[in-house]
Amino acid sequence: MKLPLLKLEGVNTHIGPYHILYGIDFEVPEGELTMLLGRNGAGKTTTLRTIMGMWKASAGKVIFEGKILSEMTTPQIGNLGIAYVPENKGIFTDLTVRENMVLAARNGAPDSARLDWIFTYMPALKKFWEQPSGLLSGGQKQMLSIARAMVEPRRLLLVDEPSKGLAPAIVQNLVEAFKAMKQAGTTILVVEQNFNFAKSLGDTVVVMDNGKVAHRGTMADLAANEALQHKLLGLSLDSHQ
Amino acid sequence: MLNKLLSWDLPRSKVLAAILLVIFLGLLLTPLAGDKAMGAGAKICIFIILVASFDLLLGYTGILSFAHTMFFGIGAYGVAMISVEPGEHWWALGPGWGSIFLGIIVAVVLSTLIALFISAFSLRVRTMYFAMITLSVSAAVQTLAMRSTEITGGEDGINFTVPDLLSPLYTFADSIELFGQKVEFTGAFIMYYVVFIVALVLFLFVLRIVNSPFGRVLQAIRDNEFRAAAIGYRVVLYRAASSVLGAIIATLAGCMYALFLRYQGPEATMGFGIMMDILFMVVIGGMATIYGAVIGATLMLIAQNYLQDLMKIVQSDVSGIPFVSGLLHPDRWLLWMGILFIIVVYNFPWGIVGKLRMRALGIE
Amino acid sequence: MSTTQVIAADESLPKKKLDLIPVFLIPVVALIALPLYYAMGMGSASDWLTATIAGIGMGLIIFLVASGFSLVFGLMDVLNFGHGIFVTLGAYFGVAFLAPFQTWYDDPESIALNLLALFAAAGLGMLVTAVVGLIFERIIVRPVYGNHLSQILVTSGGMIVAGELCVVFWGPETLPLLPPTSLTGALVIGTFAMEKFRLMTLIVGMILFLVMVLLLNRTKLGLLIRASVQDREMVEALGYKVKFLFITVFAVGAALASLGGTFYGMFINGANNGIGPAMMINIFIVIIIAGMGSVGGALIAAILVGIANNYAGLLFPNFAAFTSIAVMCAVILWRPQGLYPVAKR
Repeated sequence: MKLPLLKLEGVNTHIGPYHILYGIDFEVPEGELTMLLGRNGAGKTTTLRTIMGMWKASAGKVIFEGKILSEMTTPQIGNLGIAYVPENKGIFTDLTVRENMVLAARNGAPDSARLDWIFTYMPALKKFWEQPSGLLSGGQKQMLSIARAMVEPRRLLLVDEPSKGLAPAIVQNLVEAFKAMKQAGTTILVVEQNFNFAKSLGDTVVVMDNGKVAHRGTMADLAANEALQHKLLGLSLDSHQ
Repeated sequence: MLNKLLSWDLPRSKVLAAILLVIFLGLLLTPLAGDKAMGAGAKICIFIILVASFDLLLGYTGILSFAHTMFFGIGAYGVAMISVEPGEHWWALGPGWGSIFLGIIVAVVLSTLIALFISAFSLRVRTMYFAMITLSVSAAVQTLAMRSTEITGGEDGINFTVPDLLSPLYTFADSIELFGQKVEFTGAFIMYYVVFIVALVLFLFVLRIVNSPFGRVLQAIRDNEFRAAAIGYRVVLYRAASSVLGAIIATLAGCMYALFLRYQGPEATMGFGIMMDILFMVVIGGMATIYGAVIGATLMLIAQNYLQDLMKIVQSDVSGIPFVSGLLHPDRWLLWMGILFIIVVYNFPWGIVGKLRMRALGIE
Repeated sequence: MSTTQVIAADESLPKKKLDLIPVFLIPVVALIALPLYYAMGMGSASDWLTATIAGIGMGLIIFLVASGFSLVFGLMDVLNFGHGIFVTLGAYFGVAFLAPFQTWYDDPESIALNLLALFAAAGLGMLVTAVVGLIFERIIVRPVYGNHLSQILVTSGGMIVAGELCVVFWGPETLPLLPPTSLTGALVIGTFAMEKFRLMTLIVGMILFLVMVLLLNRTKLGLLIRASVQDREMVEALGYKVKFLFITVFAVGAALASLGGTFYGMFINGANNGIGPAMMINIFIVIIIAGMGSVGGALIAAILVGIANNYAGLLFPNFAAFTSIAVMCAVILWRPQGLYPVAKR
């Protein structure tokens, strides 16, 4: 296993009066794609939001390259080269595709060679470059959301349920895009419910249940062990295939 | 018995219970302390129900209505306009019991309609619009009242007479001497107790409302609108009902106020200053407690008198220093009230009653 | 690359509807008023035209104040009921900062000197008000982020305190504040008369609106503001400090309100501590008509309120304030979220 880029140590998170995360420990190895699996309500989204500083960890630490994220604000975390793609995609629908990309590019105007690279995976964005992003289809919005993360080299990408509600053909495009990003050196942490999608992409896997980590290991091991799959992910697997 | 009267919602703090008892006895015996005290006491009684009904909206329903003084004013105008000498206007019936009751009924109906109208337009859209729309409507109504000189007497207002039994000219017993104070048993004496009893009944009524199932639903909506709606409560209807109830009680308070003063004018009931007073009273007394209305209204009305007197004294000491003397001018008491208000909202969001109850529970 | 071609290149997007219906509300309201002018014997079509243009001038002043209130809400969900204090300050600063330029301001010969004095004083007022706005944000608004009820209570209290402080500084009497000498009186074309000063506020307001539109649509700062109005959290996740953005917008909004206050004071020829609270009533109506957070909507709504108030002030003065409320009610029935609701996440 490679060195961890991101590390969670005993992270607890409360949302208002509710205790959501109970001592989360896991590592995201550098350069790999880590899948965070689990049922609805297991605390996956809360984990991502805690990493981004959108919920404050009430105990424990989130460490990224030696920096303690759990003591930083969301903008500071965003500036460390961590990109976040929320479940609702977080597209600015009043703005055009181009304007969305302009805001995502922190170091001046988006680089044209890099844009061309993105367009090879997401041609629709090129076509609708000057259109309001609110008019895009669901899949195109997901593409734009990922493209915002690709516009500049990132250290870490956090994605929440990218395949949700998308047609299989578009999911295939996503897989290509993630592979390209990984090749370019980005470490990726993806929250998923769709096990087939997860299987096709993941290097390592973390399974959560009831606000705790239930399993850590390689994706290959989990994919090979059907009994473990059933134990960890239950029947929800089938319904999401 | 007392338990039932208070709708099983007891003060829950010995200190609070003692203060409430002192205020109750004080208001009960006020007329024995002379005319000036009687005026202040009646004002306190009326403001207690005005503030309690405002607490029903702000504290229990979570909606901020800037139109509360408008309803207060409508009640006062209703009684005043109908009680003036007949002849000049078709609606003027002259002083009499019939006029009073008719005035009250007309005012209550009008207030209900306006409250329903405002609710329909603001609560349906977004609760926070309620504050904005009520502020706009009440400002418009106040302007209308000030400008319609032939109808409302404009800024001068309306002086009117009340039935003989309530008039200060009527005497029903020989005056007596009490602690060196001459106590006269006039119609004004009777009027005071009418105000006192009406205020007491309305206060207990508001206490009953907030502790009824209806009141519980209001609080559930206030705390989590989405959940209350999900359980199946028609959120908008409950809020509208609460705002109508609040409006009606404020209207009745206005009727009493006009009867006691035998006068109504826009500044006396509808001014923005009065609206701010009510807000201060409910916040300082303690939101969502109803008892806070008693403490807030009593404290603020006494303090206003004292603060202005105190400022007069202190100002004369610093009259040489231009800016400081300006700060301490008696007309600037609103400045100090405002600062106090902000400090209270920041640091004691549950007001005096909340603080006392927390202390009784051992929470600091 | 073959798989990526699944998103067919000939796929097309639904057309974005440019929603212009609200714009037509202005002529609709104006045309309703025209026959009333004749019916009530208030004069001819040229009087109506005079009132219309004067109303638009007033509307643009309302817009200057409303735009800041609206963006402050859009960005941080902050309801600043004390926004009116910046209007009051604008009027008082107009009086205070015109004093050193009085000879220029009163010079009947030179319109250039008049305007120079006017804009120097108004500009200084905007600057100082922006600073006051920063202080107001820090002391009054920041401790109550995220709670509308507390915000309304505390900002109302803040306005009272600040308004009383104005009286301590400037006294309880209304201070005279006149339009520049060369802009007093009317421009007469045939039977049509137009107050010169209102014409100027109309032009200045229009210019500022265009600047604001360009800023919001053509600059990165503007894009950030629009994006944050929609989804503040996502903008922060991209690494931008929205709080800093918000404070900037708060200060600029205060400055614009101050300019509105200076102009409004000149409209009514005086400065006192009541004009801010009075203006807030219009602002609320405008914001509800416009849709919270929409700048374009605020312009249309402000002009609607401006002309409606102006017609009603002549036709049925006692009910003038109800006219804009009636317009508001009609709009809410038609579009409950306002003319241009801002899509919130």
